[in-house]
Amino acid sequence: MPTLFDKVWDAHVVTSVPGGAQVLYIDRHLIHEVTSPQAFNGLRQRGIPLLRRDRIVATADHNVPTKDQDKPIAEPLSRKQVNMLTENCAEFGVELYGLGHPYQGIVHVIGPELGITRPGITMVCGDSHTSTHGAFGAIAFGIGTSQVEQVMATQCVLMEKPRKMRINIEGELQAGVTAKDLILYVIAQLGTGGGTGHFVEYAGSAIRNLSMEGRMTVCNMSIEMGARGGLIAPDQTTFDYLEGREFSPRGADWDEAVAHWRTLPTDADATFDTEYTYRAEDIPPMITYGTNPGMGMGVTDTIPEASALHGAASMEKAMNYMDLEIGQHMEGMPIDYVFIGSCTNSRIEDLRLAGSLVQGKRVAANVTGIVVPGSQQVAKQAIAEGLDRVFEAAGFEFRGAGCSACLGMNEDKVPAGRYCVSTSNRNFEGRQGPGARTILASPLTAAAAAVAGKIVDVRDI
Amino acid sequence: MTPFKQLTSTAVPLPIEDVDTDQIIPARFLKATTREGFGENLFRDWRYDKLNQPKPDFVLNNPAYAGDILIAGANFGCGSSREHAAWAIQDYGFRVVVSSYFADIFKGNALNNGLLPVTVSPAVLDEALRTIEQDSGARFTVNLEAQTFTNEVTGTVTEFEIDEYKKTCLLNGYDDIDFLLSQREKIESFERQRLDFSL
Repeated sequence: MPTLFDKVWDAHVVTSVPGGAQVLYIDRHLIHEVTSPQAFNGLRQRGIPLLRRDRIVATADHNVPTKDQDKPIAEPLSRKQVNMLTENCAEFGVELYGLGHPYQGIVHVIGPELGITRPGITMVCGDSHTSTHGAFGAIAFGIGTSQVEQVMATQCVLMEKPRKMRINIEGELQAGVTAKDLILYVIAQLGTGGGTGHFVEYAGSAIRNLSMEGRMTVCNMSIEMGARGGLIAPDQTTFDYLEGREFSPRGADWDEAVAHWRTLPTDADATFDTEYTYRAEDIPPMITYGTNPGMGMGVTDTIPEASALHGAASMEKAMNYMDLEIGQHMEGMPIDYVFIGSCTNSRIEDLRLAGSLVQGKRVAANVTGIVVPGSQQVAKQAIAEGLDRVFEAAGFEFRGAGCSACLGMNEDKVPAGRYCVSTSNRNFEGRQGPGARTILASPLTAAAAAVAGKIVDVRDI
Repeated sequence: MTPFKQLTSTAVPLPIEDVDTDQIIPARFLKATTREGFGENLFRDWRYDKLNQPKPDFVLNNPAYAGDILIAGANFGCGSSREHAAWAIQDYGFRVVVSSYFADIFKGNALNNGLLPVTVSPAVLDEALRTIEQDSGARFTVNLEAQTFTNEVTGTVTEFEIDEYKKTCLLNGYDDIDFLLSQREKIESFERQRLDFSL
């Protein structure tokens, strides 16, 4: 009996190739400035047009400055790349939500908020966090630039059907524990390679009780355990989120779509190649101590010894880079920067959560804090709710939309040797700038760290 | 794409697990708009210090090690989907990466560029790394037709798996895009038959 993943995948197989690979039809293709220029060049060199330009949406997010967004980009290479996206979209007739457009923002924030993302579709983008869109019951995954070119030319990718994994989270999350803690907990159990070769379905009562924003945070980080993508069965929460969005179906089309979406959830007797079950009550507020997202622990725990997941050489390298020690407590440790943003945690609910904690408080003197909304629409909503003033009154900078300090392609970088509590998705060496030391956490834990000037347990506040 | 059939070479050891694509090519070097030239920034922050001086303890800066094969710890290429990682490894001069397993997106990107990812058991990987530790001139053979990885010092021959279609592409230097373009009629027929309400 089919799973949600089977139903969506099998409905998109154009043909199978001897040896196991399948030609998978792609309904929606999101592109951005960093992984598309070589694909457009390839089309030009081969003299191939886009097969379906109405299935592609472009935005500028990775490189864009988060200050002075109305002015030309100062950094020449970023400016060139963003300008090239504009030129390519004009030449090939692709819809572009560039800088200055009211829909501009992080590609994985704008897809859902505009209703481009929806249940039952296949979606790709030259970005590994495309897994985010799986929160809607879509098959969504990141691809390389060669595949970006293939999808532009043929609306298809060629790949083997991944294996199926289900991760059940049953029960109720503790107060102060968020979707981010949930997924950091799962990745800490499975390691960065635990999902390799699989597509993950998240299920169980704790998942069903999450908002769409929370579900997006969970699916977003599927790639951090090596999974090709993650997805969650569409339900009333999904439909309520999508109804009335810019590109959502309307009227009779909406009713027909919802009737179809209700048929998608995994059948009761379906089986998975791999299955794990965790208790929501066991999940604490999480932080990372090392240099990959699998190196995570409860905020009150001590840094663990090397293990089967993280060998002695990896742990030693991580501890040297982070200037931490095995057995050390991180709670109470002073920090230097707080970054609230990224495709993992920059949606309105994330800003509300962080805002609720900093309201009426001050960012500690030793901390530089920035809040980067995921899109112009999120920024507009936050301003309408007065969240920008809450953050600024507390001493945070409230910026314009973009990927920002998640990967430091623009000027938003963390200096070498400094600790940054970050709501983003990767704590790899140098991710937030050469030598930067990243501690991944939820928006609540990050906001609490900004106010306290050190790592604290939000359950104590 | 350049065809790949067989090679025998010395190898460069990188016995670290979970090597992520941010290490292979840091994000600040992704601003180029062509596929060329990424090799000079391969493993940039492990290879060079803040003053852009080579770090002597990093393997690529050790003149004892060279070759067309990179042999690395488990879960090589995890992290982002940047194809620039495969381009950088290839541009530097490697033709094969050997590990006990690869991150999915990296593996696909490598295959799409004619960079062969060879998956071997943890025991075979350990043996290869020990062999190089004892003799940096140790040679290895990768035969794609036979799907074998041979440690020429110990004589260990191990078979590796590769998708039949991908193997044909690599042996002949074919791109996926050529194949997909040849499927155009099937794709357009699929589009016509599809119920469109979910789009």
